[in-house]
Amino acid sequence: MHELSIAISIIEGASQEALSRGGAQVHAVHLKLGALSGVVKDALLFSYEVATNGTMLEGSRLVIEDVPVVIYCSECQAERRLKSIQQFCCPVCGALSSDVVRGRELELVAIEIEEVEEIV
Amino acid sequence: MSSQPRLVEVRQNVLKQNDLLARSLRQRFEAAGVFVVSLVSSPGSGKTTLLEKTLTRLIDNGNRVAALVGDLATENDAARLARSQAPVKQIVTGTVCHLDADMVQRSLEGWELKDLDCLFIENVGNLVCPSSYDLGENLRVVLMSVTEGEDKPLKYPTIFNTADVAVITKMDLAEAVEFDLAGAYENIQSVRPGMEVLQLSAKTGDGLNEYLGFLVSRMESRSLVGKVSVG
Ligand SMILES: Nc1nc2c(ncn2[C@@H]2O[C@H](COP(=O)(O)OP(=O)(O)OP(=O)(O)O)[C@@H](O)[C@H]2O)c(=O)[nH]1
Ligand SMILES: [Mg+2]
Ligand SMILES: [Zn+2]
Repeated sequence: MHELSIAISIIEGASQEALSRGGAQVHAVHLKLGALSGVVKDALLFSYEVATNGTMLEGSRLVIEDVPVVIYCSECQAERRLKSIQQFCCPVCGALSSDVVRGRELELVAIEIEEVEEIV
Repeated sequence: MSSQPRLVEVRQNVLKQNDLLARSLRQRFEAAGVFVVSLVSSPGSGKTTLLEKTLTRLIDNGNRVAALVGDLATENDAARLARSQAPVKQIVTGTVCHLDADMVQRSLEGWELKDLDCLFIENVGNLVCPSSYDLGENLRVVLMSVTEGEDKPLKYPTIFNTADVAVITKMDLAEAVEFDLAGAYENIQSVRPGMEVLQLSAKTGDGLNEYLGFLVSRMESRSLVGKVSVG
């Protein structure tokens, strides 16, 4: 299980970003997760909750956008979404393809923050 | 007065640090002229056994080789590999179930890369976690043994998808366990069309020449012509 170390990397990245914006409070972290990223969504959500404990991200939500695998089919000359990651063939014409266009993402997309008010 | 939460775009790869480090390792390997091969598989598929044979054969033919080996807890694999006389370093990962580029970089300290033709990296036995981490290798070999059954590729499509070649191991046991070789090829092609598949038994040596020949052809296609030979 490497989701815990992935969660820690996400927290580091998001915290840095938040700090660079003046120590803002983070409400949510948005992530793109490809079906071929090698990361299990439920395990990641669980790890995130555990790993944010005691950090500036404690209580924040991890919002995951699933990215399906898209291959390039040279027969159709088009990008096609796979029906299953166990079958790398074009769902339209059946041609085989290893040309992955999308689906490997493990990307920190955005953070939802609230600026901390300056106390005068 | 409190402000509304707002969405700030970040757009960065979560494994950016690892990817950057892997890229710089790859550049170092290339500059030093060393070809790097990593091995991944489930626990016990035969990585160390195949690697020991590989190192021995390459050394016998005058090549300069070395190995790094990842293991959760023990140094057994390093001790086995050292019998080949190749320089070997163990990376004990503790609770971490995969190698990453940083572990590789740190364990290379003290080694002169330009004195090597080929470096092998045995990953921790695990078909899931290693798939996310680029180690800077030129070639990733995924092993599956006949005793694991032919459906491994369908269960772990991601690791097969990130690997460059599949090696079916322990072929000497194929008959005893009624291994469906055609089914295994089909499943590999299904998750990675066009992937090269080799079969061998490290125990009997069957298929070992083809495997070594494949490695050498890959090294040569990286314009390291003439550096490595299998005799
Ligand atoms: N019959 C047979 N047994 C083999 C062969 N290759 C390896 N084995 C046996 O399989 C067992 C595991 O082999 P290892 O080489 O240690 O496997 P590994 O992948 O390095 O294992 P981990 O590092 O623990 O993941 C050992 O008992 C080997 O003797 C083979 O070609 N044929
Ligand atoms: Mg081993
Ligand atoms: Zn098509």
